[in-house]
Amino acid sequence: MKKIMSGNEAFAYGTYLAGIKVGAGYPGTPSTEVLENYSRYPGAYAEWSPNEKVAMDVGIGAALAGKRALVTMKHVGLNVAADSLFTVSYTGTNGALVIVNADDPSMHSSQNEQDNRHYAKASKVVMLEPADSEEAKRFVKIAVDISEMFDTPVILRSTTRLSHSKCVVELEDEPADVAVEPAAYERNASKYVMVPMNARQRRLVVEERLKKLAEYAETTPINYIEPGSGDIGVIAAGVNYQYAKEVFPEATFLKLGMVYPLPERLIRDLAGRVKQVVVVEELDPFIEEHVRLLGIPVKGREVFPGIAEFSQGRIRKHAAATGLVPKEADTPIFQTSQLPVRPPMLCPGCAHRPVFYALQRLRVAVMGDIGCYTLGAAPPLGSMHSCICMGASIGNVHGVDRAGVKDRTAAVIGDSTFFHSGIAPLINLISNGGNSTVIVVDNRITAMTGHQPHPGTGWTMMGKEVPNVSIDALARAVGFKKVDVINPYDFKLVMDTIREHTSSDEPSLIVSQYPCVLNIKEKKPAPAVDLDACNECGNCLRIACSPMTKVDGGVRIDPALCIGCGFCASVCNQGAIKVPN
Amino acid sequence: MKNKYDFLFAGVGGQGTILASDILCEIGLRCGYDVKKSEVHGMSQRGGAVESHVRWGEKVYSPLIEEGKTDFLLAFEMLEAARWPHYTAANTVAIINRHQILPPSVNLGQAQYPEEKEIESILAGTGAKVVWVDGAAKALELGNAALGGVVLLGALSIYLDEPVEVWEKTIAELVPAKFKELNIKAFQAGRELMQK
Ligand SMILES: Cc1ncc(C[n+]2csc(CCOP(=O)(O)OP(=O)(O)O)c2C)c(N)n1
Ligand code: SF4
Ligand code: SF4
Repeated sequence: MKKIMSGNEAFAYGTYLAGIKVGAGYPGTPSTEVLENYSRYPGAYAEWSPNEKVAMDVGIGAALAGKRALVTMKHVGLNVAADSLFTVSYTGTNGALVIVNADDPSMHSSQNEQDNRHYAKASKVVMLEPADSEEAKRFVKIAVDISEMFDTPVILRSTTRLSHSKCVVELEDEPADVAVEPAAYERNASKYVMVPMNARQRRLVVEERLKKLAEYAETTPINYIEPGSGDIGVIAAGVNYQYAKEVFPEATFLKLGMVYPLPERLIRDLAGRVKQVVVVEELDPFIEEHVRLLGIPVKGREVFPGIAEFSQGRIRKHAAATGLVPKEADTPIFQTSQLPVRPPMLCPGCAHRPVFYALQRLRVAVMGDIGCYTLGAAPPLGSMHSCICMGASIGNVHGVDRAGVKDRTAAVIGDSTFFHSGIAPLINLISNGGNSTVIVVDNRITAMTGHQPHPGTGWTMMGKEVPNVSIDALARAVGFKKVDVINPYDFKLVMDTIREHTSSDEPSLIVSQYPCVLNIKEKKPAPAVDLDACNECGNCLRIACSPMTKVDGGVRIDPALCIGCGFCASVCNQGAIKVPN
Repeated sequence: MKNKYDFLFAGVGGQGTILASDILCEIGLRCGYDVKKSEVHGMSQRGGAVESHVRWGEKVYSPLIEEGKTDFLLAFEMLEAARWPHYTAANTVAIINRHQILPPSVNLGQAQYPEEKEIESILAGTGAKVVWVDGAAKALELGNAALGGVVLLGALSIYLDEPVEVWEKTIAELVPAKFKELNIKAFQAGRELMQK
């Protein structure tokens, strides 16, 4: 039986087939659907942890206890979890530990374009890279086998194009029920307690393991040579293999399923068969540098760019420009740049909107963070002035204030982001005598990545009810005296509270609380516009809510798109926008 | 069986391009093709421009369509049709839903929404054939604006040899159960619009 699956669905299916029993992760495009899909399989336990490091530690714990474990995150998530990764590489894992980690070439939904293959090398951990959904399914089991055979964590690398493209997957027999042994924690301090004395011993084990893995890389069936004709030998992994097959249909290929460690003899074998070795890889010249170290002349970055994702079209263009493949007829150049752009926007009625509009009116310098609310940086709201990475806002605003900036300043951070990495900097603010204002835009859910629960939500991804952590109570408990919880649609209150907090000398916290309207599917009747009362001041258009259109003599609200939040009515000084009672 | 078909979907986040491209992908599989599709989720779903690539073939490697090589462009929105001329060629059929979703700059009166003629001339640069479909109007007539995409699939089916029963069966299985009949009606309406 065949089924069409996305790369992420296939990773989840493979996880189920491989008998993995515990999954933990933190959402992040393009990795999110791996854990979501896995959680729906019978016998699976899956959880969203508050951040990637916690997820990694949960996975490590399950693996140390002898179970097979899955950890998922996007590329930047591994920055957060790296501390654990680098040392679990030393301890080894007992049960299998498989980390699905998705890079985002072209930054479709990310703040940077880092190439996480470097993490495999730096932490001395195996990395596999499937090229389609069928391989995504199969490679999970291979990762489990390698992990248990070599006592090492294994990273399964994905990219946006693999995670979010779909292709045909062969369905397999249900996994045989492995005799359920109760989990047991092996007490073995010299292996699991990484004090220097023990770590020095394990360091040697890691080096030995890498040697054996390099040997394994030569013989594993997921690294193989596909003989072709002609002078060119292509080395590729992941989805780049698919693109390269279309551009170099005749070439001899070294298809790599394992991108770290790399197979030296196979690479030499390929080089011996062809006149020119070409490495087709996105982002950094990771494979290319290795080939160069072997003393083999290779074309890579000198032909193909190191920025943004590839496609067969892009590869063909660059290969043709350097004579590796024949030129095709030039396609005409098109001028589509004059077309109006269509950027992503906050949803109609989103509760983040009033907060950003108020921050704009009060001319606050805003240190921001990552989530739907980052769209508050876009014009015409334009009221976020930094966004570095998750959890950065609170440390940033403290730094800005310590530098002596005289403007009104505030940190704006989402609720999921707050639990992810906002708590330590909040404590830092108090414990170093800071006086900054923190605004948590609390929509009760992780909206940006598709509405996952978090510690403030009150239920888990498996649907279990749990206590929910109160952000305002937490702030009071760590020493904040000035704490206010407000409804963002009460615009006068929003203005007054932000004005008051940003002028105060005390450290303070505002929780702007209303559920994400897309998630709760809120829909109230749209307001009516009285064109006679409207003086065309344009105030309501500056809140950038998409149902509102400028028309002759005023504005129009599209009732199909409007959710009736009433915010536009509260910014109209003429009383021309009327909310139906 | 032709040895390859490429279908590029263009639209606005929330318009249902993902479901429609899923349906088309499944139809390809049921008709004996190797199939792949690709799209980008995330940020772009909040009302931004979205694209989806569907490929049928004897053996499909890349999940992406190559520039200048698509067989069909299926635009769920008029302005979005105009963004993709570089994927079209003289043999491309561009099926465009006569439906406008105004982007913010147009809403604010800072930019102009292109005229139908302008959109046609942008696509005519490669000789692509433009076919307008009143999908949005038909969908509203059937009582649900979200059906526009399936009307377009009906229009597309006229250009392909795959049996109508496979289309209808696949649509019925992939859309939410309670909208099954409506979707089949929308599909048939799309076929009728083309046969007029
Ligand atoms: C380290 C890291 N992990 C994950 C992500 C992906 N990501 C971006 S924003 C976000 C969650 C935002 O949720 P929240 O703070 O509640 O804001 P909302 O989207 O609900 O407004 C996630 C998971 C990331 N950018 N960086
Ligand atoms: S998904 Fe929710 S939080 Fe995100 S923009 Fe829409 S309403 Fe706002
Ligand atoms: S009531 Fe006004 S602000 Fe709220 S969704 Fe409708 S148009 Fe937007």
